[in-house]
Amino acid sequence: MSKERIKIAEELFDIMPAEYQDLVKRATYGNEQRGWKDIGNAKELIEEHSLCAGCPESMAFRYILASLPNPEDTVMVGSTGCTSLVFPHVAVHNIHSLFGNQNAVASGLKRALTVRFPDRHKDVVVLAGDGATVDIGLDMTLQAWFRQEKFTTICFDNELYANTGGQESGLMQKGFVAKMAPVGKTFEKVRLPEIARESGCHYVVNCTVSKPNLIEKVIKNAVHIAREIGPTYLQLYTPCILEIGKNSMEGLQEMRDSEKPTERFAYKEYVSEPAKELLAELAAKEKERKAEAKRQLASQTVTV
Amino acid sequence: MAAQASFIGQKNKKEQVYTDPWHMMNEAARTPSFFTGSEVIKEAVRRASCDIMVAYPITPQSEAAALCGELFAEGYIGDYFRGESEFAVMSQCAGAAFGGARVFTTTAGPGTMRAMENFPMWAGARLPIQMIVTCRGINSPLSIQPDTLEISYLMQTGMLVWHAETAQDFYDWILKGYMVSEEPDVHLPLALCCDGFFVTHTKDMVDLTPVDMCLPPYDPYRSPVPCMDMECPPVRMMRDPFVMKSNYISYATHASWQQEVWAAVERSRKHTIRWMDGLIDTENTDADIIVVASGTAVSQSREAIAILEEEGIKVGLVKVKTLRPWPGEEIREATKHANHIIVPEFNVTGWLAREVSATIPNNNRVHAGPHVCGGMTMPPEIIAAEIKTVLGVKAPSLAGRGG
Ligand SMILES: Cc1ncc(C[n+]2csc(CCOP(=O)(O)OP(=O)(O)O)c2C)c(N)n1
Ligand code: SF4
Repeated sequence: MSKERIKIAEELFDIMPAEYQDLVKRATYGNEQRGWKDIGNAKELIEEHSLCAGCPESMAFRYILASLPNPEDTVMVGSTGCTSLVFPHVAVHNIHSLFGNQNAVASGLKRALTVRFPDRHKDVVVLAGDGATVDIGLDMTLQAWFRQEKFTTICFDNELYANTGGQESGLMQKGFVAKMAPVGKTFEKVRLPEIARESGCHYVVNCTVSKPNLIEKVIKNAVHIAREIGPTYLQLYTPCILEIGKNSMEGLQEMRDSEKPTERFAYKEYVSEPAKELLAELAAKEKERKAEAKRQLASQTVTV
Repeated sequence: MAAQASFIGQKNKKEQVYTDPWHMMNEAARTPSFFTGSEVIKEAVRRASCDIMVAYPITPQSEAAALCGELFAEGYIGDYFRGESEFAVMSQCAGAAFGGARVFTTTAGPGTMRAMENFPMWAGARLPIQMIVTCRGINSPLSIQPDTLEISYLMQTGMLVWHAETAQDFYDWILKGYMVSEEPDVHLPLALCCDGFFVTHTKDMVDLTPVDMCLPPYDPYRSPVPCMDMECPPVRMMRDPFVMKSNYISYATHASWQQEVWAAVERSRKHTIRWMDGLIDTENTDADIIVVASGTAVSQSREAIAILEEEGIKVGLVKVKTLRPWPGEEIREATKHANHIIVPEFNVTGWLAREVSATIPNNNRVHAGPHVCGGMTMPPEIIAAEIKTVLGVKAPSLAGRGG
């Protein structure tokens, strides 16, 4: 895909939806430097959503979509849950098929795209709730990692089944009283980040979505490593303010509170050896690009 | 057909020539070969230009799935892997088809049932995946024997469902299946069923098309829904998720889409008739008694008809080749002179008899049975005896034989 392909016939321009006009005028396709700061200028990848007011998943969606290194060639796979209310508004191709099968769908998709486009990168990114990732879909999540499927899995961990009204999930904290956990959840929060590392993921991060800079960095790392090396996994705390009884302004503070060093979403990162090498290479290239840009700027100044 | 036509005459990496499918299937020279049903699946897939095959073991399809693995090792399939369960396999097939690949898989019995949530999703997403179903028992206690009960469930999913009688049917229909299911006005998955073991594990003479000819590759841009590869402009799929905005809009959207899926099944009719030379085959339909059967019950019925003929009883035959699309008109026509319509089946519920009864006039003519199930064979004598019972002719009880 390139920006050229989304041109609208001039006669039809004014009757196209405003978001589409914006997509054509201000798309950041093809701009490798795109990031969360573009959100204010361009709204090409996501605009509205139908999540609860103040739901941290909506912030997370924006940061992630703004940080995809190659949205013009990225396909996302979602699952049933609150996230599936957002995907209809997302302007990259995305697939919703069933509840929990997202990593299996992504395995088939990535392989098909590799067979069909052997000389190009087509990134696949899975984004699903904790119920989909860790409960009903756990076998497919793990097996995709065992098989070293080259895509990124993102889990929106809101520590319960939100879309069906707050039932117990594997990532819920022990003791939390929920629908279907009437005397409090009886077992510990499943340690999926550790399991991900043991299952063959090359990059694993556990954090909240309170800091856009951080989300941009981990998304870019995860997608680049998945593309070149193997599976990557991000577990992002996106609290369900509705089910934990917070109001719409309290999501950010809830995340800040739970990312303190002793808390369950303190920043944790694992990078495999080959992934470290790749990140170092990418950092060196980035340094070189910046230096080159600086040189060019200097030479332009001289000409003026 | 434009994009496909542009490939015709070119060679693939295995030096097979992409051939006009009509020529390959109907005009090219055939070589008689002695193969099991499973081996025949491999030979058809060798010529099918498949991009992705996903496999999972379950008797009696395990051998076919393994043989397709050999094809991948030989370089005839783009990618091949074993999924973690049938639910996962069918989801992997979905992902691959969403991404624009020609996809093939095989399963049986409990595997079909475990994967069931995927099939209406495949049909609703208009994914022309081909799935071979080598039917076997699905009930408890465990059985690995042939039994066609699972077809009864598949028929309501929105998939095309065909029921092969012989290995020859299998070979031809795998290749023709892609031609029908990939038509832009159809674009639906196909469940190509056979009775496990009877077809998969027996050897038969099968006329094969030349090994150096193969189907032109699948063109995903002929699909009526967008291919998920970011090669076409990425519009926001819906500006408002209708599920949330209005229940009424949600009902209307889903209701009309389900009707569209079934309309696509109907539109497959003309292509299927052309490729399969009709949805049914008939013999002696002027007889007073007609057997209507699908799968290997057809073969057993032929034997029974021969036995009865020796005794001076004339019986006609309708072989039902496709269940979706349903050949209602054809069966009505073929049975219009008959006073007795016998429907023998390899399952206990009699889904074929139900379908026949629902679509013909004076359906008190339909006699559901005989039924065998749990993997029992159906000796032609049972069918012959049943027909005599219906006619009021005394026949020795088979149960008493040798007693
Ligand atoms: C097979 C199946 N079982 C149950 C459901 C009902 N269901 C819909 S969403 C959901 C929970 C989703 O939870 P999670 O994945 O954590 O996502 P969240 O809504 O919290 O974002 C369930 C159980 C379903 N759609 N399909
Ligand atoms: S239910 Fe919870 S997770 Fe879902 S949109 Fe509302 S606040 Fe967000």
